[in-house]
Amino acid sequence: MSSPTSEDSAPQTAGIVERLVRDDVDRKRFLKMAGGAGAASFGAFVLAACGSSTKTASTAAVQAATTSTASASATGDVAILNYALTLEYLEREFYAKVVASGLFKGQVGSLIKEFGSQEATHVEALKGAVSKMGGTPAANPNGKFPITSATQVAGLAYTVENLGASAYLGQAGNIQSPEVLATALAIHSVEARHASTLGTLVKKSLTPDGAFAKPADMSMVLAAIKPFLA
Amino acid sequence: MSTHISTDAAQTGLANPELANVEVSGLTRSSFILRGAMAAGAVYGLGAVTPFVSQALAETGGGDVEILNFALTLEYLESDFYNVKGKEIGLKGAAKSYASMFGEQEADHVEAITTTIKSLGGEPVAKPTFVIPASSQSSFLALASVLENTGVSAYNGAAPSIQSKQVLAAAGSIVQIEARHAAAINLLLSKSPTPSGGFDVPLTKAQVLTKVKPLIKA
Repeated sequence: MSSPTSEDSAPQTAGIVERLVRDDVDRKRFLKMAGGAGAASFGAFVLAACGSSTKTASTAAVQAATTSTASASATGDVAILNYALTLEYLEREFYAKVVASGLFKGQVGSLIKEFGSQEATHVEALKGAVSKMGGTPAANPNGKFPITSATQVAGLAYTVENLGASAYLGQAGNIQSPEVLATALAIHSVEARHASTLGTLVKKSLTPDGAFAKPADMSMVLAAIKPFLA
Repeated sequence: MSTHISTDAAQTGLANPELANVEVSGLTRSSFILRGAMAAGAVYGLGAVTPFVSQALAETGGGDVEILNFALTLEYLESDFYNVKGKEIGLKGAAKSYASMFGEQEADHVEAITTTIKSLGGEPVAKPTFVIPASSQSSFLALASVLENTGVSAYNGAAPSIQSKQVLAAAGSIVQIEARHAAAINLLLSKSPTPSGGFDVPLTKAQVLTKVKPLIKA
């Protein structure tokens, strides 16, 4: 196949993370170097708002997911797209500020940069989708994010990505257009990939909800992001 | 233009029966998803998603039970892969703990989908016999990457055809877990956790079948 460059660069990006995952010494050094702070209080807030995330097998969890999805307010595809767009704007800005902070160097830094640029592609895709449906894309909100140490930032990124994944999941059942649904799903699983990757970095669960991811409805997500709106 | 290129990249990658050759060819074989990804990752905007969206929508619906039974087959495969093959091989380190955790979750998916099919009045398909071409930790992980990433694409491809909101919610809840598994396995292999860039590529049932058929013993 053509253009081997993309394929070549990917493994290098992930290399350091893999080492952090596999090598306890490396990971401890990374966390130490990063400073002890631990996850931001935001994480605790989100967990409280979402209820406990116990790992439950099979149908009970799916049932819970279903109920929560169905209870989310259905306000039309354009509104849902603009809601997603708002979250993506914030994620994009968050990563841009993290990159600018220089807290992450080398290959973890490249990974963070890569995630940030993917959030930027989500912004563009969602803006395009809103316009295509005859809507007006939501304005870019001004965000404010606590950026103090690598550990704190990685923890916050983990929380934000998990929230993003559950926000998309929470809207799946409300979307009317199959095209919009396919787009949302294509983004949803990428947010999940980000969350899992960050989980390996901060040594937290890759699957905090267990075998069945839980959705979050719009009001919960909007409450959770409030502290990050300037 | 960009749309055209994306489609070509995805199609070309899909033409190869990767799974049959994983053992032989090692890690590079599973890069099929990367190929489709390059186009998407490089291009901004809706144009990047459109080809994949139309691919997802090309799925011909045989109803929710049929979609669920297809998903059940994939989950049987993943469950056996981790819970049977994973134990056979004698994995070490992170591979071992991932296989144990992921295996449990895939078994939960099997159980949940089986129950859902029954609740819809359908009949869950029987578990096929699988032939899993992995005999070492590295070939196991390479195959895990293919299975998990294919799983993500399979769910994302089928989801827009699902009629019931409940079934859609369940599928969404499961695909998110497959994506988390896929990213973690890819990281272990020093591969990108987001091999398709910003947008995961959906696959049709036929495309998924082409990939998994070599592992299903009649």
